[in-house]
Amino acid sequence: MKKRYVSLWFRHLLTDWTALRRPELKGKPFVIAGPDHGRMIITAASIESEREGITVGMAVADARAVIAGLPVIDHIPGKAEKLLKALGEWCIRYTPAIAVDMPDGLLLDISGCAHLWGGEHDYLKEIVTRLRSKGYDVRGAMADTVGAAWAVARFGKVKPIISPGMQLEALISLPPTALRLEPGVIEKLHRLGFYTIKSFIGIKRSALRRRFGYHLLSRLDQALGGEDEPLQLLYPMEAFHERLPCLEPIRTATGIEIAIKTLLENMCKRLHSEGKGLRTAVLRCYRVDGGVVGADIGTNRPTCHTGHLFRLFELKIASVEPALGIELFTLDAPKVDDISPEQEALWVPEGAGLDDSDLLDLLDRLRNKIGAQNIHRYLPQESYWPERSVKPAASLAEKPATAWRTDRRRPSLLLRKPERIDVMNKLPDDPPKMFVYKGERHEIKKADDAERIEPEWWRRKRPHRDYYVVEDEQGRRYWVFRSGHYTDENSRWYLHGFFA
Amino acid sequence: MTTPGSKKDIISQLQRDILQWEGFVPPEAGAAKGIGLGPVEAAFPNGVFPNGVIHEMLCPTREQLAATSGLLAGLLSALMRNGGPCLWISKDRRLFPPSMGAFNIAPDRVIFIDAGNEKEVLWAMEEALKCKGLAAVVAEVKEISFAQSRRLQLAVESSRVTGFLLRNDLRKLSTTTCVARWQVRPLPGELEDGLPGVGYPRWQVDLMRVRNGSPGSWVLEWRPEGFVQIEHKATGITETRQVG
Repeated sequence: MKKRYVSLWFRHLLTDWTALRRPELKGKPFVIAGPDHGRMIITAASIESEREGITVGMAVADARAVIAGLPVIDHIPGKAEKLLKALGEWCIRYTPAIAVDMPDGLLLDISGCAHLWGGEHDYLKEIVTRLRSKGYDVRGAMADTVGAAWAVARFGKVKPIISPGMQLEALISLPPTALRLEPGVIEKLHRLGFYTIKSFIGIKRSALRRRFGYHLLSRLDQALGGEDEPLQLLYPMEAFHERLPCLEPIRTATGIEIAIKTLLENMCKRLHSEGKGLRTAVLRCYRVDGGVVGADIGTNRPTCHTGHLFRLFELKIASVEPALGIELFTLDAPKVDDISPEQEALWVPEGAGLDDSDLLDLLDRLRNKIGAQNIHRYLPQESYWPERSVKPAASLAEKPATAWRTDRRRPSLLLRKPERIDVMNKLPDDPPKMFVYKGERHEIKKADDAERIEPEWWRRKRPHRDYYVVEDEQGRRYWVFRSGHYTDENSRWYLHGFFA
Repeated sequence: MTTPGSKKDIISQLQRDILQWEGFVPPEAGAAKGIGLGPVEAAFPNGVFPNGVIHEMLCPTREQLAATSGLLAGLLSALMRNGGPCLWISKDRRLFPPSMGAFNIAPDRVIFIDAGNEKEVLWAMEEALKCKGLAAVVAEVKEISFAQSRRLQLAVESSRVTGFLLRNDLRKLSTTTCVARWQVRPLPGELEDGLPGVGYPRWQVDLMRVRNGSPGSWVLEWRPEGFVQIEHKATGITETRQVG
């Protein structure tokens, strides 16, 4: 497809924004200035102050000599980039491919977008009038190349829309600055009397390169369409991306449901034809008031089943706040995997195992409502230390690397943190005779011999534990331990678990 | 005309029919395997441990919760025999997975869901009970209303998954649609020949309420081969049976 680009130039980006934030400054001369080598240098000036002869780069003291009592606003570094990003995000309703063009512009790749707004003329008019009505002094131009659009937006005097293939005619009367050259090269061109592009475009390429460097040729080619110029997009295009603009803003849950269904159907059709399955999906809803709300889902295995994916989104619709209405829905699939076609089972076994599709669908739903971090499956870990004897499994398919040990008794319930108990015992290495836990006395009637568990040598910071299985007079079974040797001053008794 | 004998036949036939209408399908010949509970199973209608229903187990203290999870692990090992996984949903989980190995369960086939609140526990349980691939679903809940238990009942009716509700607050006990209400308490274990040491886990299992069955009380012990009933002896513990 033939590429078309729009370049937007915000002539007074920072001052326009300041005037929007502080209406009392609107229509008055004011400047934005920041410290530079001990002086306050103007970094942006409003139209009214420019009319009085104040320019960017002037010292504030000089400007004050022109206009007494000129309001000076502090310069915030990085503000322009932030503003341009926000404006670019707003422009996403016109095209998904938007790049920030520092220091004061935006570049829009509008290939195949203009006809949706009834032609290029109406499209550009719509963007520029909407931005102007917001209060930004903006100029826009459209051309086949980024370079030509940029030049016409800033220096063009005839018409903003350059028909396909007419870059040369449009550029020929513009000054060399329109080619986005380095200041040194421009100065050299001016010194030699080249005040328009026309005056040097006929010169041999080798001569131009020798005199002005390769950069000039590259910029010329980029403007005329001989060389590609990749844009650094604000939102990198996902391979799987679906958009759904709405004629009327959507405000109801039913409307959102229909939008999600439509997006998912289109997305799944494409995924299916390419043999891919979705792992994560991000829904973004662009609201009339400029806000962006969204929801994201994840699945345990690649899927392109619309019904299942919709059920996952259904759980989150309640959190999508439409406010005044949503005018654009987008759906991205940042993570896709190859899908292996499922074999139709001739005979379904009674218990299906961990790879059953019903179970995976259920876990997807649970995961999206309760959170993936709250769903656990445990595998044995080779450690005697009770807290470290299990580890969470990374995936449902992961098999235990070692067998579960059953040779030692382990309690049914294990306290996350052992709780202190008061103990009476007769002999140093005997199990306790009696212990008090939460104010209740437990007379020990039966007990097993001690099981000494030591931390691994590379973690020798804690004392070892001597565990006893004890049973009280009512038959309640506990797991108690003494940390450290009996003779140690710091040895303490703890209760750690309950046996079945 | 009708003789007293045939009247009895008619009544027992009617009772069997009612059971069938209520969803207690008599086991098919050959499928009768039991769940290894021995005499306890006789308390249920048709003498079969009912699958695809909800059981309620009372465990007000941690000790009872430990005992209950022991009995439950024994039951699950039979239910999971076919390879189906089990879901364990709770808010504040203390269960130690390696302990299930002693009850012939591979702990890696149990999926633990740690919900943030009671509402999520019930929601997760209902969703899980609708899933046909599961062997059983266990949920630890504090409070459940009749309507909520009815929702769970409707979910299991189509999927035939067995559900277990562990109730840890007896003050909030209310009528539910659960088919059986159990209570398990630990009893002192005994080793043969009076040897010292803690024996196999032994419990007092009370079946406090069974729909269409006969409640009762048994002493069971878990041995590596399965449940074993221990004949009643004077244990010195006063039996307090409350029928809810």
